[in-house]
Amino acid sequence: MRLELVKRPQRSMLFSALSPFIAFVLTIIAGAIMFALLGVNPLTAFRIYFIEPISQVWQMHELAIKAAPLILIAVGLSVCYKANIWNIGAEGQFILGGIVGSIFPVLFPQFEGPLVLPLMLLFGMVGGAAYAAIPALLKTRFNTNEILTSLMLVYVAQLFLDWLVRGPWRDPQGHGFPQTIQFNDSAILPELLPESGRANWGFVFALVAAILIWILMSRMLKGFEVRVLGSSPRAGRFAGFGLNRMVFFAFLLSGALAGLAGISEVSGAIGQLQPVISPGYGFTAIIVAFLGRLNPLGIVAAGLVLALTYLGGEAVQSALGISDKVARVFQGMLLFFVLGCDTLIHYRIRLIGFAAPKLETVPKLEEAR
Amino acid sequence: MSADQDGANLLEVRGLTKIFGTLTACDHVDLNIAKGEIHALLGENGAGKSTLVKMLFGSLEPNSGEIFWNGQAVRITSPGTAKKLGIGMVFQHFSLFEALTAAENIALSLDDGSPISTIAAKARALSYSYGLPLDPLSLVGDLSVGERQRIEIIRCLLQTPQLIILDEPTSVLTPQEADKLFETLERLRSEGKSILYISHRLEEVKRICDRATVLRHGKVVGHCNPRQETASSLARMMVGNEVQAVVRAPAEGIETAPVLLQIRELTRKPATPFSIPLRNINLEVRAGEVIGIAGVAGNGQGEFFESVSGEVLQQDAGSVRIRGKGAGGLTITGRRLMGAAFVPEERLGHGAAPRMKLSENLLLSRHATDGKMFVGAGGMVKGDAIYTAAQRIIKAMDVRKSAPDPEAAALSGGNLQKFIVGRELDRRPSVMVVNQPTWGVDAGAAAHIRQALIELARSGSAVLVISQDLDELFEISDAITVMHNGELSKPLPIAEATFEKIGLLMGGAEPGHAEHTLETA
Repeated sequence: MRLELVKRPQRSMLFSALSPFIAFVLTIIAGAIMFALLGVNPLTAFRIYFIEPISQVWQMHELAIKAAPLILIAVGLSVCYKANIWNIGAEGQFILGGIVGSIFPVLFPQFEGPLVLPLMLLFGMVGGAAYAAIPALLKTRFNTNEILTSLMLVYVAQLFLDWLVRGPWRDPQGHGFPQTIQFNDSAILPELLPESGRANWGFVFALVAAILIWILMSRMLKGFEVRVLGSSPRAGRFAGFGLNRMVFFAFLLSGALAGLAGISEVSGAIGQLQPVISPGYGFTAIIVAFLGRLNPLGIVAAGLVLALTYLGGEAVQSALGISDKVARVFQGMLLFFVLGCDTLIHYRIRLIGFAAPKLETVPKLEEAR
Repeated sequence: MSADQDGANLLEVRGLTKIFGTLTACDHVDLNIAKGEIHALLGENGAGKSTLVKMLFGSLEPNSGEIFWNGQAVRITSPGTAKKLGIGMVFQHFSLFEALTAAENIALSLDDGSPISTIAAKARALSYSYGLPLDPLSLVGDLSVGERQRIEIIRCLLQTPQLIILDEPTSVLTPQEADKLFETLERLRSEGKSILYISHRLEEVKRICDRATVLRHGKVVGHCNPRQETASSLARMMVGNEVQAVVRAPAEGIETAPVLLQIRELTRKPATPFSIPLRNINLEVRAGEVIGIAGVAGNGQGEFFESVSGEVLQQDAGSVRIRGKGAGGLTITGRRLMGAAFVPEERLGHGAAPRMKLSENLLLSRHATDGKMFVGAGGMVKGDAIYTAAQRIIKAMDVRKSAPDPEAAALSGGNLQKFIVGRELDRRPSVMVVNQPTWGVDAGAAAHIRQALIELARSGSAVLVISQDLDELFEISDAITVMHNGELSKPLPIAEATFEKIGLLMGGAEPGHAEHTLETA
């Protein structure tokens, strides 16, 4: 017996669109089994995991805080992935955005005024883009695999941040805690509706970015270039589009957006630099990008769903005493089922036995001659 | 079940059917091959010839139908089964490792553990006895296409098959090499072996085949004795109707017309160890004329096209001149902006992006030249404009399709080629370079494309056509030149060109000295 994947002659548009929802349902079923094995009533667990975290207005604000970086990073990644360029290092670009964007409030805390925040955001984008330029340069110069280089640079970034906040950038009045000084007020990203919750302008940035990238990809010549080079590079070269230029474009764009997400998170939700500023947003955003079908508008919805898995993880930890690593399990299952559904939409499985299958006779419809 | 009583049939196929999705590639095909005959399988591209032989060789499983071998019902589930039965196959596209020797390549497929030296000795003996001289110890990468085909044939013969399937064997040979192959085939026939000969070249089928089975749209449309048919009656059977002849008005005043495309001392080092270098190529194409470049596949045509189109740049700007200006340092976009247009050999994945709509594929080659028309302020694509322009091309070239603006991959090869050629013609380019304009295109569409190229030239453009199809080049060219091993011969005016002369040049007679070589030959 062996399994064979046979390409389907026609792709079903209906199932292509339904795929994320089917994946979501399968994730729920698998999650129910997991909770049952942990000895928790699945219905109770799901209520705590998926319903309670968004049952009050202030909690919706928390959802927006978690969703903003996911969406910002994922729309950038969607451009990379459409171009068949595999930036796996958004987590590192996020961290570098946070670090470079924090130069003003950390090193020049006396510099205040309305100019501070725009400069920080700009520096954050530059930092993320510059860090993303490294794998792009390595790929175009030495033909290295960008999956490996961008991924490895994540760990460099994490350790660099850790060293900074324990060493040169540590708050001298911080009682030895590994963190920088608290940012001054003009370096804090303002809250959107302070009376109802904490959500900040980061969520607005995410929505604007999603709309702009959607226009870029579906309406502009540059988006066409991304799609052509991603789907058939030789046709792209025939069109006069440069693959090397595209590698830089995709990496710089996604790096800048990841950097913007990083500095927004640091100046909005956290207010200072710490050894860890991301619960893995850069990696989760990969799931968001695929769950959203690499479509910026789909990514907004997918970002909200994945943000909920973070909140739910915290909720089940406090209410049921289950590790918040459950969130990672849910995210992993979701990606697994999305990719599985996508595969089965394009291919069907055929079982091939060693025993010869009986050939059915097709009735002869007409004489050929 | 009606058993055929004729015991002399080596292979009998009854009602063989293969369905891919909604396409019935082979529809109840019947075929009998007698012992000791050369049997032709005729049909246009896409008629189902390849699908049929893949089922006979075990690469594809039929959906229904029966195969009898020496009167016994058999199921051919893999190429291994086919080889055991005694069916050998020489593919159109070779499967040889270029970095290994001929003998090593043969050893890989024999899979019986005999030492290389034994295999080499056997191969050498066999090759000389069949008039296909071959040095088994030479590297495949150093061999010509014709010699590589010999390896494939000898590899097949070493397995002592009863039936040998040859898929378009002469498509990669010069006329002289083809003659040698025919001698070998006739000798095999005299030894009682059967040959299934797949081709769409009618003259050679008439010459060597005893019987023919003609396929059209997956169905058998007739069995005949090709010697009693004419080329045009065979063509009618293949195509289903008369093909309109291409009309070529004589070109006038070309000698004084301006040179629109000039290649001067174009040289290119091989990009990979096994690609062909270009050696000092010189060529001029004047306004109003069609120049044809003949040659066996893999002699540098692909490298030449890339260099002329600007997909690969030249060091010396003057090595490619378009309308008198140096273009060697310009990209393909820059050369298009000077008035040149290009049609590459591969349609899907090179000339067109398979998963994109036709309107988007229009943008592919024309986003810069027609920037004002198709791209608005801030780089926004004008969807309506490209849709309208695509529909105009579809109408002008009679592109048949199932939806108003389908994906390129949804079109048949011929219709997609009509669109790709039409996309460039629509610009009225002053220089047009086409590689294999009608490869794999049905006869009707091919005639349409050829006529359009001639008309473009007569309206004052310079047209350069690279093709492996000599008939095509003789039909449309005002002069023919031959590419061999990266060198280009001096163009022969069509009035002086003959199949013999061109064939000798294709085989490597010294470029630039065509007349001299012929006198002594």
